[in-house]
This record gives sequence, structure tokens and C-alpha cells, in this order.
Amino acid sequence: MLKFGLTSLWNRRFVAALTILATALSVALVLGVERLRSEAKTGFANSASGIDLIVAARGNPVQILLSTVFGVGTTGAGLSWDTFEMVKELPQVAWAVPISMGDNHRGFPVIGTNSEYFEHFRHSGGRSLEFALGGVFADDSQAVIGSELKERFGYGHGTEIVVAHGAGSVSFDVHDEAPFRVAGVLAPTGTAVDRMVFVSLKGFDELHTQREPVEEDPLAGTTDGAGPFPVAAGRARDRVHARANNDTTVDNYAEDHASRPDAAHRKNEHAEHGHEPEIINAIYVGLRNRTAVLSIQWRLSKYQNESLTAVLPNLALLELWSITGTAETALGLMAAAVVLASLVGMVVMLSAALEARRREFGILRSVGASPARIFGLIVLEASLLTAAGLILGYFLLTGVVLLADPILADKFGLRLGSGLPSAKEGVLMLVILLCGVLASLMPAVRVYRMTVADGLTLRI
Amino acid sequence: MSFDSGVDAFLVTSLTYTWPGNEEPTLVIDELRLERGQSLLLRGPSGSGKSTFLSAIAGVINVPRGSVAVAGTDLATLRGGARDRFRADHIGLIFQVFNLVPWLSAVDNVLLSCRFSEQRRKRLAGRPEQVARRLLDELGLHDSALLAAPAMSLSVGQQQRVAAARALLGAPELILADEPTSALDDETKASFVDLLRGECAAAGAGLLFVSHDRGLESHFDRVVEFGELNRGAQRC
Repeated sequence: MLKFGLTSLWNRRFVAALTILATALSVALVLGVERLRSEAKTGFANSASGIDLIVAARGNPVQILLSTVFGVGTTGAGLSWDTFEMVKELPQVAWAVPISMGDNHRGFPVIGTNSEYFEHFRHSGGRSLEFALGGVFADDSQAVIGSELKERFGYGHGTEIVVAHGAGSVSFDVHDEAPFRVAGVLAPTGTAVDRMVFVSLKGFDELHTQREPVEEDPLAGTTDGAGPFPVAAGRARDRVHARANNDTTVDNYAEDHASRPDAAHRKNEHAEHGHEPEIINAIYVGLRNRTAVLSIQWRLSKYQNESLTAVLPNLALLELWSITGTAETALGLMAAAVVLASLVGMVVMLSAALEARRREFGILRSVGASPARIFGLIVLEASLLTAAGLILGYFLLTGVVLLADPILADKFGLRLGSGLPSAKEGVLMLVILLCGVLASLMPAVRVYRMTVADGLTLRI
Repeated sequence: MSFDSGVDAFLVTSLTYTWPGNEEPTLVIDELRLERGQSLLLRGPSGSGKSTFLSAIAGVINVPRGSVAVAGTDLATLRGGARDRFRADHIGLIFQVFNLVPWLSAVDNVLLSCRFSEQRRKRLAGRPEQVARRLLDELGLHDSALLAAPAMSLSVGQQQRVAAARALLGAPELILADEPTSALDDETKASFVDLLRGECAAAGAGLLFVSHDRGLESHFDRVVEFGELNRGAQRC
């Protein structure tokens, strides 16, 4: 029966091949979507590995995560340097790295941080950052760039780059009076780091302090002590905080900017005792013992002097998935619809052939094949077609992945990988096979009825 | 009554059959018998109930108990699937046209009759393919390239001979031929009938040959006019 089914299909090989191809394409699509989805998730998870907490002004954890780790948007408000010092001094904290942001270079986010960033940041399952070229910025006029900037713009060691204000690619204010020279280029990581420009905190601030407005209260410009828990949250810091709000908000900036002449004195003050910016956007925190993470998070949320949110990157990622879940579901549904369409195509192909094969079935009946056997023949054919589609689809996907992997890894840091299907993909393929067999029941039932009704008369 | 299993290819006694929904019976037949090794030409115009009669003998329609026996078995005692198997084991069928699966080779078409019948396989003297080729050879199909080609490339006369070989393979007790010559020209007709008759006689199979053709009478042991045999209602 198998041989008969195969030869029968071979006799209709053109249509059968088209059916298999349609199934294969849909299978490749479904598996591809599934793989992209899971790889995107691991890719995102990789971006935030090694960071136990991200501390920022009170806000939405997802937004904080997106702005800090992925360079999308900014945190709502800033943090004072006191808060950074407080966090850094906590006994459970192994390291803390300040993050300032809000500017961009040709649409790529510019991050103000210190050299510890390059020590502590981890990606792709615990790998640390490596320099493909040069090294960490040595002074405040130098920058480190991600690999994508090098690739896209051909930047190398010593290239001068100009930073614009605002996180978007369309900027209305270019800080061209303070260019940075590229001191180092990072090796590709497949994370958002590839798209970032890093400068020192001081360098970052200089962009702004050069145009800082004169404060109404001259005291506001000075930093109030460096203690980890400044008891007197003075009026001055409040004002600093308020300004930070403005500073990091693109909408307000142009307006504010017009009313702010230069306040260069501040720059000089800071230069004397290592740079202490008033405002940073976030703090990456690594703990000595990760089990303390929840108590630290709770403690920071109760911090009196500033409203803080301490984000657990993995939890925020989960929250992010719950948001992107809708899009994923939509994508999955689309892929399922394509599979459905291809299965309908198979049913159409089998059904269309039934009339033409009536004679074939009549002959089979006359030599003793029962209607049930002919029913089985149709189901067998459908199973063969679907199975062939699955196998071809899998190879198709593998081929596409092999071709696209270098590009995807480069552009998006996604490594789809090839080889044997994962358990989930296996289940998916099994479900498709089952659907194929189920779909064939319709023409099979028709053929059953037909052969019973026809008896042994041969219809033309 | 009792059926003799040894001698008769088929035996019809007191058969009355009415199609569901009809008032008058289509078949009313007192008796018709065909012994194994014998050939019988059943002649009659279309619409006289010949096809219904063939269906009754082939076990496609349900007939009353004790009216139709093939190779000694009362067909009314068999149900559905069992009747399909019985047909595959004991009856070879040849149709008017389109006997072959067009994309199978002549040899594979012949072998189809063994595919669904254990008994026929057992009765083969030798490997199925050898027996099939011998049968085809005896029926005048010698060219091995022709036999390997898809059946659709054969002429109608060749196709009917392949169909005959398929009906004969595995030595069933009864061969039913439903107007197998109507698509053939006169010369081919005569030689086909002779070949078929000869093979049936050699295999010890009864041949029931249904046709409306005149001029074939001399090739058969007996000729029965269906109109005289059947007293049932006729459509024309």
C-alpha cells in the first residue's frame, strides 16, 4: 500500500511537489518564528546578565530597563550623586557603576559612565566586554564606541565624533563645540552595547555644563557633601533634582536651553576632586551575594531622600515579555494561519484529484480493496505529503539560518543556530503532522462514500 | 437447496431482485449455471438488467439467501468486507474500458489482483511477477519494454489483454467480463475472445462474458439471450 501510494503520488508529482513546497514553506515559517522568538528572548536576557539591580529614579521597571540596558528612551528623572554614593557604600554591594544618558551620536545612544562599566558589564552568558581596538577612555575628551558604529561609519582610533542632545536620531541641538575622540572600539557582543557610545561622566556633563544656566540660587550649583546618607536633603539638591528632570527631557530642553547661559564655574569645581556630577540617570549594581537582592531592592524603595526604583533585570524582562507577548502571539497566529493555508491547499489538491482518480479507486475495488483500504490510501498520501513538507521545511529553515546567521548575529545579536530540532520544535512538527492527517480525513471520507456508492461500476 | 462447490463457477437459482425504490423487480431468473472451465456468452441489449445481474454475481448488491452462489459459497451469507475479500479471492473482473491504473506498468497492473488476495497469491505457481509475465506472454504481450511502460501508453486492445491477465492471475474460479470487446475492432475482438476463452479453460475458470455484440456466438460453449432468461421489468 505504501508503494502504491508513493507511485500514485509520483504520478502526480508536479502538484504533489507544489503541495510539499507550500507545506515546507509554512513549516519553515512557523519554526523560524518560534526560533526567532526564543532566541530573541535569550538574546535580551543575555544583554542584562551580570547586573543584579538597576537603580533609577522612581519609574516603570520596563522603561528603566529599556533605557539603560537597551538604550531605548531615557529614564524619567535623574539621581543625585549622593544616592550613587549611598548605593555604592551599602555593605552588600560589590560594585556600582553610574550611568548617564540622554544624548546621541547620529542616533546612537551616548552613555556617560566610568571605566568600571567595562569591567562589570556581562553579556551572552557571562562574557565580559572586550576591546577590538584601543582601550577605555583615558580622559574626558575620549570615547569608546560599540562595534556597530565602527562598522556603519568606519570609525577608528582617533576619529572625532560629535554628540547631539536628545535620544532620538533627529536632534535639534548638536554639541559640536565639544567633540570626542575615539579611544577604543568594543568587540561585537550582539547586545545593545554594540550601538552605544561611551564617554566619561565628566565628558558627558561637559556637554551640558558648558551651557548650564545661571542658577537663581548660587548654592544650587554646589554639591552638598559626599556622605552616603546625607541627612539634610537640602533645598539645593531639590533644585538640582528638578533641573535634572528638565535636562533629561527632550521636549523641555530647547526651551530651557534658551534661557540658560553658560555656567562654567561648576566644571572647574568638579575637576578638582574627581568628577561628581549632580545628576546621573541610573546605577548598575552588582551584589556580593545575590540572595540579598530582594532586601536591597526593598531598602532602596524606602530610601527617604529620593524616590528610587531598583529593578531586577530579569523580572523587568518578564514584564517586557508580557507586553511583547501580544505581538508574539500575533506573529505565532500568522504563522499558524500560513500552516492552515498550506494544509487547506493539500486538502484541495487531494480533493481535486479524487474525481480524476475515480477510475483508479474502481480498479482497486474490483481487485478486492475495501473502501476502508482506499480511505487509508488517502490518509497515507496526506501523511506522506505532510511529512515530506516537514522534512523539507526543516532543511529549508536550516539553510536559511546558515545563510542568515552571520547577518543576524551581526545586526541583532541573534544566533539562531542549526542542528537537530529542539523539543518544542519537535512537538510543533508533530502537531503539524497530526493536523495534516486530520485535514486528509475530509477527502478520505468523501472517497469512502464515493467508492461505496460506485460499487464496481467504472465511471469515467 | 445446496450448492455444489466442486463443479460450479456460479449457480443462480430463483433470483429476484428489486432496486430500492422500484416497484417492479429488475431481475427474475429461475436458474443459470456455469461450470468451471466452461464459457458462457450472455447477450442482450443495454438496459435489460445485465449490469444488475453482473452486480448480483459479483456480490455488489444484496441478494436474497440461497439465490446466488459463486464457487460454492452463498453470497448472501457474506457481509461487506468479507464479500470484498471473497470477490478478490474468487472472481476476476474485466470491464468495458479503463481497466488499468494508467500510471502503473502492465506487469504492476496485473499484480494488483494479488495485492489484496492471500488466496490468489497462494495459488500462484511461482513468483508473482514471473506468473504475470507468463500470462501476458500467453495473451500475446511479449515486448518487455511495453510491459514496463505505464499502462496509458498501451493500445486499447493491449489494455484489455492486460486486464484479462489480471483477472486470470491466481486462478479465480470465475471470470466476469462486462462488454470487454465493445471498444475493440472486429478482428481484435475475435482474437481477444479466443485468447481469453483459452486461458479460462486452461485455468479451469468459468467465463461469463456479457456482450451485445453479434457474431461472437461461435467462440463460446453456450449462448444465453438475457431477454429470454430474465422475466423482470425491462427499461426499454
